[in-house]
Amino acid sequence: MNKNLLLKTVLIVAVLIFFLIGIIGIPGSFTGEGLRSAVQKRIHLGLDLKGGTHLILQVQVNDAINADSDRAVERLKDTLKSANVAFGEISKPDPQNHPELVQIKGVPPESSSELRRIVNEKLGDYDLASGAENGYTLTMKNSVANDTRKKAVQQAIETIRNRIDQLGVSEPVIQEHGLGDYQILVQLPGVDDPARVKEIMQSTAMLEIRQAVKGPYPNEQAAMQDNGGVLPPDTLLMKGTTPHAQNPEEAAEVYWLISRSSAVSGADLRSADGGRDENGRPDVNFTLTGDGGRRFAAFTAAHVGDKLAVVLDNKVKSVATIQEQIHDQGRITGSFSPEETQDLALTLRSGALPAGIKYLQEVTVGPSLGADSIREGVRAAVIGMVAVLIFMLFYYHAAGINADLGLVLNLVILLGFLGYSGATLTLPGIAGVILTVGMGVDSNVLIFERIREELRHGKTPSSAVEQGFAHAWTTIIDTHVTTIVSAVILFLFGTGPVKGFAVTLSFGLAANLFTAVFVSRVIFEFILSRHQRGEPLSI
Amino acid sequence: MELFRNTNIDFLGKKWYFLAFSLVFSVAGICSMLFWHHIPLGVEFRGGTLVYVKFAQTPDLDQIRNDMNRAGLHDPRIQRFGPTSDNEVLVDLGIQETSEAALDQGKNTIIHALQARNPVAEGKQDLNNTGAPSLQQSLLQKDPLHLGVDAAPKYETIAQQIEDFRNKERGGILTSVDELRGIVPPEVLSALQQDFYASNFVVRNVEIVGPQVGSQLRKQAILATLYSLAGMLVYLWFRFEMIYGVGAVVACLHDTIITVGFFSLLNKEISLTVIAAILTLIGYSMNDTIVVFDRIRENIKLLRREPLADIVNKSINQTLSRTILTSGLTFLTVLSLYIFGGEVLRGFSLALVIGILIGTYSSIAVAAPMLVAYQDWRAKRAGRSAVERLSSARDKSREKVKVKA
Repeated sequence: MNKNLLLKTVLIVAVLIFFLIGIIGIPGSFTGEGLRSAVQKRIHLGLDLKGGTHLILQVQVNDAINADSDRAVERLKDTLKSANVAFGEISKPDPQNHPELVQIKGVPPESSSELRRIVNEKLGDYDLASGAENGYTLTMKNSVANDTRKKAVQQAIETIRNRIDQLGVSEPVIQEHGLGDYQILVQLPGVDDPARVKEIMQSTAMLEIRQAVKGPYPNEQAAMQDNGGVLPPDTLLMKGTTPHAQNPEEAAEVYWLISRSSAVSGADLRSADGGRDENGRPDVNFTLTGDGGRRFAAFTAAHVGDKLAVVLDNKVKSVATIQEQIHDQGRITGSFSPEETQDLALTLRSGALPAGIKYLQEVTVGPSLGADSIREGVRAAVIGMVAVLIFMLFYYHAAGINADLGLVLNLVILLGFLGYSGATLTLPGIAGVILTVGMGVDSNVLIFERIREELRHGKTPSSAVEQGFAHAWTTIIDTHVTTIVSAVILFLFGTGPVKGFAVTLSFGLAANLFTAVFVSRVIFEFILSRHQRGEPLSI
Repeated sequence: MELFRNTNIDFLGKKWYFLAFSLVFSVAGICSMLFWHHIPLGVEFRGGTLVYVKFAQTPDLDQIRNDMNRAGLHDPRIQRFGPTSDNEVLVDLGIQETSEAALDQGKNTIIHALQARNPVAEGKQDLNNTGAPSLQQSLLQKDPLHLGVDAAPKYETIAQQIEDFRNKERGGILTSVDELRGIVPPEVLSALQQDFYASNFVVRNVEIVGPQVGSQLRKQAILATLYSLAGMLVYLWFRFEMIYGVGAVVACLHDTIITVGFFSLLNKEISLTVIAAILTLIGYSMNDTIVVFDRIRENIKLLRREPLADIVNKSINQTLSRTILTSGLTFLTVLSLYIFGGEVLRGFSLALVIGILIGTYSSIAVAAPMLVAYQDWRAKRAGRSAVERLSSARDKSREKVKVKA
């Protein structure tokens, strides 16, 4: 064997060993059971094979924009008041579809430049444009709005991850999904009843402590009548339930008049825990951060004797009278079950969702189905592969061994790659493996047929092999590139299982270039090096 | 061993038969897509709720239908699924009953309606439809082995053992809690008997797709197909000539239409994995076409004087052995997938079984003849325009004569 050939052989063996380790790692034992568990540890199975829940949810990014423009409205009102600029009404004309728009009415013409200065200084994220009848519109800058949307999705992913981690689901996948549609993909292996997880993920858990100005009222009309048909400035009506109802069924709806601004919010929380109050009712205790505690202390000191409301997701959860200054401890009571208080504490600890979420898709694969799918997929793969291997031996004789070695190596590389990269093997992924076998055979057939043709034209075995590879090479490149083009597009557009298919197919094709062209060539060179002059080539 | 040695078949001479064959299948498929079954879309694309349920005994479809209607569902589609011995049933709610506000309401209604059939002691949980994590939770609360602090890992193992026994040994369904005797410690068994019962069914698989995702996926699937065709067109244009790219892409479109047409004729659903299969067969058919085209390009350089039609015929014959072999072998693997791959992969492998046959045919019968047709058309046009130029020149010179006169 010449030195060049030896080097190539060493390279091939090194690749083989490298990818074998990718499949089984460094196994502790070489018994059947040991190897099986080693493989199971390395090759990650997709949800469709191991069972679990797959959810796609959409972040209502407009919520985040609305929150920002709400703050802008408040800030503008405050600043205009303190600068003694008169104004009629500042409102949002269409929060549903255009949360980024704010309308300003009734600013006298002489204050126009003052208004511009204030917007420039205080509301740099907004553009001011003048409209009809001394009206102005304030529009959030496009770049800022896009940024806010993106941040909302990122923050939602973080929050959901925190919550799911605390639930103890193993190996969850939480990532952005689709191309800029503000969607999140959540995969929960092993969870086959997603109801509770969904509940916990979906609760926005926006906690605020505000002043309860008046109430409770049995309905909205009563509240309006009590205030002469007009709500006092800087207050709004919020729904709540009768305080201290013994169980949820007895709790009736009531309305409270609540201040618009909040003393502290969920961002000021340091910790939250579910527990029970002195009467044994489930409640949630929380502690505030240093800064939040100072603000809360100032607020409670100024409002001794007034009522404060704990507001969760824009609903009044509990109302209590401030007896004395409170520093950094608080408690949420209400009609909760013990499990609800645990879940609420969990969601409070993990932070608030910046925007609401909506479920778009839910797929649950029961574990028994996954097990069946693996069995059937693997069986089909093995049968197909064995049929191909036998046919190649039968049709190409000694060269068939060459092709079969290449195919087996191809499979080893593909599975080893799955082990190293942590890519998941899905059911369509198994189909991708089978297809790779088909494509691998194609390259071999192309080369072998070409060699046969050259031999028929009377070439010597060594020049026939050389010519065969040279001619088949351009074709193989063209066919592989076009297939990889479609695999890449599948990867970009596909979801879950289909993506897995695209990954196995593309990597299988790359591996195939190595095995069908390089390895097969080396084996031919090896055969030719021991070949007697005049002896026919077995192909 | 060798098949197809030195064949010399006049493929181009049969182009009218090919055209007739392709037309019959495409038109039949398109007619079915337009007027008959339309394009049967999988749940991912049309939206809706699918619940696959496996029963312990042969299911009574009429009884299930009555139960569903009583639960307030409006005539869901209920049908047997997979081999009869599996006792599996598919319940399909349309998109109307899959609102995004309460995405899993339909599923819950179905499960409750099925559970109502089972005589249940008050407050017991259904062992067949409880996963290992919930089992562990419930065992932890009871702690029948009195393990105290380090109970969690032990009960996790037990819960996993129960789930494995149920899924691997009993096909997903236990007929009673007593079946676990000998699998779990007696204390655990009696605790389970207090809290659980075994219903006569298990939910195997649930797919719920809201309307928004459905329309988005539809758009994505069409875009993916078009983009991959465009990508290949560009690559072939760059590697060969534009007409080669056009020929190959037309052949692929032809394959796609016929395959989708078959699905429509057979009224089989096009799911996301079927789209993956269609994209694969586009790549595959493209492969076949490129092999022939490569040979044509090579032969054009070698045989400059021969007419293109002869070169194309010769190239198809030279590559025929490879084409048949590769297609045959890939067909073999795909057929094995179709027969042994199980119900979930059936649509996927059906698309490939049809697609590989059509894709092989189209590279010989559609793509290659298009090259010749294009060249003939160009030659004719070049000839005619040469004649036109001559005659118009003559007219002009006549006019000049008139003016002089």
